[in-house]
Amino acid sequence: MHSDVWIAGGGVICGIGNNLSECLTAFERMEPGMAHMEYLHSVHRHTFPVVEVKASNATLAGWTGMSEKISRTALLSRVAAQEAWNSTGLGDISQYRVGFVSANTVGGMDKTEDFFADYLQDPSKGHLSQVVHHECGAITELVADAMGIRHHMSTISTACSSSANALMYGARLIKNNMVDVVIAGGTDALTRFTLNGFNTLMILDPAACRPFDDTRTGLNLGEGAGYVVLISDALAAELPASHQPWCRLSGYANANDAYHQTASSPDGTGNFLAMQSALEMSGIKPEDIDYINLHGTGTQNNDSAEGSAIARLFAPHYPPVSSTKSFTGHTLGASGGIEAVFSAWAVKEGVIYPNANFSKQMKELPFSPVTKFSAGRQLQHVMSNSFGFGGNCSSLVFSKNAQS
Amino acid sequence: MYIYIQGTGCVSPQETAAGSAFPAAVLPWEGPRLKAWEPDYKQWIDVKLIRRMSRVIKMGVAAAKLSLQEAGVEIPDAIITGTAYGCLDDTGVFLSKMINQQEEMLTPTAFIQSTHNTVAGQIALMLGCHAYNNTFVHKAFSFESALLDSIMILREGRSSSILAGAMDELTNHSFNILSRFDLYKKEPVTHEQLLKSNTHGTVAGEGAACFVLGTEKGPNTKAKLTGLTTLYKPAGKAEISADIAAFLAAHHCSQEEVSLVITGRNGDASGDEWYEYVENTLFAGKPVAGFKHLCGEYPTAASFGMWIGNRILAEQQVPAAAMFKGEAPDQIKKILIYNHHKQTHHSLILLTAC
Repeated sequence: MHSDVWIAGGGVICGIGNNLSECLTAFERMEPGMAHMEYLHSVHRHTFPVVEVKASNATLAGWTGMSEKISRTALLSRVAAQEAWNSTGLGDISQYRVGFVSANTVGGMDKTEDFFADYLQDPSKGHLSQVVHHECGAITELVADAMGIRHHMSTISTACSSSANALMYGARLIKNNMVDVVIAGGTDALTRFTLNGFNTLMILDPAACRPFDDTRTGLNLGEGAGYVVLISDALAAELPASHQPWCRLSGYANANDAYHQTASSPDGTGNFLAMQSALEMSGIKPEDIDYINLHGTGTQNNDSAEGSAIARLFAPHYPPVSSTKSFTGHTLGASGGIEAVFSAWAVKEGVIYPNANFSKQMKELPFSPVTKFSAGRQLQHVMSNSFGFGGNCSSLVFSKNAQS
Repeated sequence: MYIYIQGTGCVSPQETAAGSAFPAAVLPWEGPRLKAWEPDYKQWIDVKLIRRMSRVIKMGVAAAKLSLQEAGVEIPDAIITGTAYGCLDDTGVFLSKMINQQEEMLTPTAFIQSTHNTVAGQIALMLGCHAYNNTFVHKAFSFESALLDSIMILREGRSSSILAGAMDELTNHSFNILSRFDLYKKEPVTHEQLLKSNTHGTVAGEGAACFVLGTEKGPNTKAKLTGLTTLYKPAGKAEISADIAAFLAAHHCSQEEVSLVITGRNGDASGDEWYEYVENTLFAGKPVAGFKHLCGEYPTAASFGMWIGNRILAEQQVPAAAMFKGEAPDQIKKILIYNHHKQTHHSLILLTAC
């Protein structure tokens, strides 16, 4: 049970880029993706900015060879999962025992919404093709089937921490020798259901979100998908010099805040426990962390709870921190996967991502986020946080070297 | 390492939530929709909370509480749930209002309770449990994934008791929509006839079943969870038979050692062919029990099958209403549960008496 799990590659699609390289360019140029809704049809389109993937379903279908009639959530998933697989150089997927662990929060809700409009008028109306993929697991299977994966597949839904938990479960599958490779992460398309849901909670910012800023008033919703490819020690040892793993998934932990169905406890109990246990699994101390990719949604509650937990755990050695949600928006079930790709790449290339729209330090915190892009640093250990409804808190640690 | 079942709890269309024993009589049902027999939730949940909770949350919490009580565990080391559909009632409420009110004047309660991790989150909240908390939502592998995650975590050696379970509710909307997919019987059928009906379609069901799994025997432990596997879209019946044989071999269990096979027969002729094939090729002459005439068909129904399997091992008796083929064995040592959902998601669970 002491084997390592390595990150052999990753792929992302989100509102700042259709692949990892485009996202990195957006970070470097300080170009966040908030804009008016173009593809989502909502009465709130002029009220709340969102961070949409800049491609129609027809375009995504063209890229993936899938039907444009299926859920956008599946289309986004396929784009990122395929990029992740291609980035590894592992070649023919049928040569391996492959698992696909993909998270999402509302399955094919984008299509169910359209169905329901007709169905509510008359229960015999509405195209069944629009609800056949309603279940979260249906999204995962559409992509697994398209990629020829059948050894193991699973779908996780723990709200905004969903895809971080997909990486943990994927790592366990490898450590238990059930599969050789796991494509793990998550996907979520924007839907009216989630937009209106977050609106009822009054945590949507009508302007660009300002994570970890004293003037923050809420989050912007985004959409996308992000996957890493997890591989076993044995497979990592066989990789050619041209395709060495990006880094190692050295630690992970999941804890529950057990405070409120949606709100975080003021001192971030769950956040603290998740970060502390992840460090423990990595066998490192807080001061060994070189960068934290924050959950950092931009809501009053999340950022103060997460900030308090970081202050308590890391004092007095506060590492550089930033929330990439200030660029991508909050992509919900995809966020842990997208940020896992960013964090794993950070270790590989020594990148620290900027936090956009930052102007005023939170008065209760002794640290503030990094505001400039930098690369070529020596980062040994990077932490990625994902917290969500239901008290679900997860932290991942990515490390450069094999365990000593 | 052995994985022991320390406690179980079940809310189902039968009176399973009244206590831990198998109910003395079958609750008959009519029409293609089985509804859960709901216990008095006040014994576990604050009255103010009950009013706001949808049925799937209440059923899940009740099953969780029952299993923890039986296990004598106050706070588990992890809470892991599986649900294919999640909180359908709250989802339907929010979705309907959103459409009918053109996205205006909406309130948050239904949205908050619509997320798939609501049940696991509520259990953690009620117990004050800060431990690992996860929710699997992969169709008819949701329950099996929750079990697998539990097994893998227990093998890591740092947890002693894990609460694992599955829950799915049927709502008016979901029943209407699923009916339009032509899944259910058109002709009247009773619980005695369902499994032998040999016509198209089945009956819809719902329920919640929870298990406290641990690395040590608890005061009420009667069975071990010896093996678990899932098979996605097998090429055909021959493949599934080979997989079942390999599964038993991997767990050092010969076909002869299996005292009882529990299959997920649901009365749908084409789906039941798989069970018939496996029974005839691998388990000829072996006693077979069924359970979906008691709980109905739903993606996490295998959890009800596992609940029954554990009860049978505990009581060393197969309820007459559950027997499908052959004579109930006198001594019941090992039970194989073979279930599939719509012929795409197949799962195997092996239980051993202890």
